Amino acid sequence: MGIPYSYSFRNLWTRRLTTVLTASGMGLVVFVFAATLMLAEGLQKTLVETGSRDNVVVIRKAANSEVQSAVERDQSALLTTDPAVAVGSDGKPLLAKELVVLINLKKRAGNKPANVVIRGIGEESLALRPSVKLVEGRLPRPGSSEVMSGKSIARRFQGCGLGETIRFAMRDWRVVGVFDAGSTGFSSEIWGDVDQMMQAFRRPVYSSLIFRLRDTNEFDSYKARVEGDPRLTVEAKRETRYYLDQSEAMATFLRILGMVLTVVFSIGAVIGATITMYAAVANRVTEIGTLRALGFQRKSILGAFILESLLLGLCGGILGVVAASFMQLITISTMNWQSFSELAFSFTLTFGILWKSLLFSMVMGFIGGVLPAFRAARMNIVEALRAT
Amino acid sequence: MELESSHPPIVSIRNLSKSYRRGNQVIPVLSGISFDIARGEFLALMGPSGSGKSTLLNLIAGIDSADQGTIEIGGVEISRLSENELAHWRALSVGFIFQFYNLIPVLTAFENVELPLLLTPLKRAERREHVVAALSVVGLSDRMDHYPGQLSGGQQQRVAIARAIVTDPDILVADEPTGDLDRASAEEILLLMDRLVHSSNKTIIMVTHDPRAAEKAHLIRHLEKGELSET
Repeated sequence: MGIPYSYSFRNLWTRRLTTVLTASGMGLVVFVFAATLMLAEGLQKTLVETGSRDNVVVIRKAANSEVQSAVERDQSALLTTDPAVAVGSDGKPLLAKELVVLINLKKRAGNKPANVVIRGIGEESLALRPSVKLVEGRLPRPGSSEVMSGKSIARRFQGCGLGETIRFAMRDWRVVGVFDAGSTGFSSEIWGDVDQMMQAFRRPVYSSLIFRLRDTNEFDSYKARVEGDPRLTVEAKRETRYYLDQSEAMATFLRILGMVLTVVFSIGAVIGATITMYAAVANRVTEIGTLRALGFQRKSILGAFILESLLLGLCGGILGVVAASFMQLITISTMNWQSFSELAFSFTLTFGILWKSLLFSMVMGFIGGVLPAFRAARMNIVEALRAT
Repeated sequence: MELESSHPPIVSIRNLSKSYRRGNQVIPVLSGISFDIARGEFLALMGPSGSGKSTLLNLIAGIDSADQGTIEIGGVEISRLSENELAHWRALSVGFIFQFYNLIPVLTAFENVELPLLLTPLKRAERREHVVAALSVVGLSDRMDHYPGQLSGGQQQRVAIARAIVTDPDILVADEPTGDLDRASAEEILLLMDRLVHSSNKTIIMVTHDPRAAEKAHLIRHLEKGELSET
């Protein structure tokens, strides 16, 4: 058995002020680390949850998003009759031909303009997105200049609230409803009748087709069939995959940015931990000599000091994660670079981020403590005892 | 110089030499010392500062290494042991009593006494039994949950003595054990050490400057310029 764990615990407790100050420095770094991961996770979760695994999105080949896509009417007619498309209780295919256009609207706060997604929807669009719930007003009537706003858009953009009017595509559109799509990207969209939208925007083609698979296992064969059909210039993706791809670039950017910031900050925190641990060793030279004289080997001393620095790092990690967890209360909006539209999402703390943050804090503690621990372990017993 | 003893020796030192280097200069501390210490002996090592008495004590305790010569304790020639073997041997065979007690301030009296037992295969309950017994020998059974900072100097030294005897070692080495104590506390500590010799047949080697402390020993040896003489 080595030196008792209580020795390391209590030494940290005895030097409470130093421990708290050093742990706070490390906590700040862990906060940045965790918050960035939470941001990327929130973005990805928002976009991924937007899709459903049973749904398939069909867009033009090589188009990265619905905004860039165009599906000809004749091709859409062919796709509608495919046997893989599920049929609703009313006998109609569970398929919606949609138009996605970006428009520029002013925010309520700050009067600054931002891109907003306008989605022209079909009869089945709502049935295909069960997460979308009307929370205020009513659904827009087909064939009219009526729209409904996502909750996030209604709150943040001028003219998008219930009963207000938005002007775009040279028409005035009355907001007759507000819908809530939970933490999905739909909450950041405005929906109206697809045919009205196509007329207003003078678009002869759809942006995408969304449909539910009759059998979810049929996806691969469906994909191979449509992508191999010489009459079609489209590609099919599961809706979950489609939205995951949408979030990839932004999430990767956020993660890289977070890593760079964290690495820079962590150098400072590690130096702080090293200074603290060197001071701890310098203050306990006689203790180290005594423990060695009593028969504890160098590795026990090394272990005790490394444990102490790991605990120091863990304290910092806990502080950082606790602080970062409060970020979940904040919803932010940013440009989704894939669709160039405004997207609102929250910081999301997951178990994975939690353990990565704590592990990261302990790695900082370890790096900070390893040199002082070696110094402690290498001490000559007689010289250490003379330091009394 | 070799001195005879009526009892079989527990410590047998032959031709021991030790020197220190200061830059290019070699400073001899002990030169060719040979002597035995019998089991149950209470030996006081005296001498002026720099005479080498602490160095000799450190060599006997196995925390320093000699340049030349052999030290055999309880049948083990410690000069041949590796660093880890020596650490293991110290844990089982040597009890340390320091001038400034050297207790670990963040551990209670119980935990301080238990420290050497953590290096033995004893189970928790057995360790507890040994610690309670050691603390009762030094009369501190009621202070086992106190931290060193909550104890007087004399009490701290008694805890240190309990820590030194808890593994039932062959020898106890004491470096100025009364040097930081008032006269009354010093007297108590010396009586306790004397009791350990008489009732538990412990062998104690004590370095001291204090003639009153040395008087309690059975035998006093003087070190001067690295050489030993007997009083």
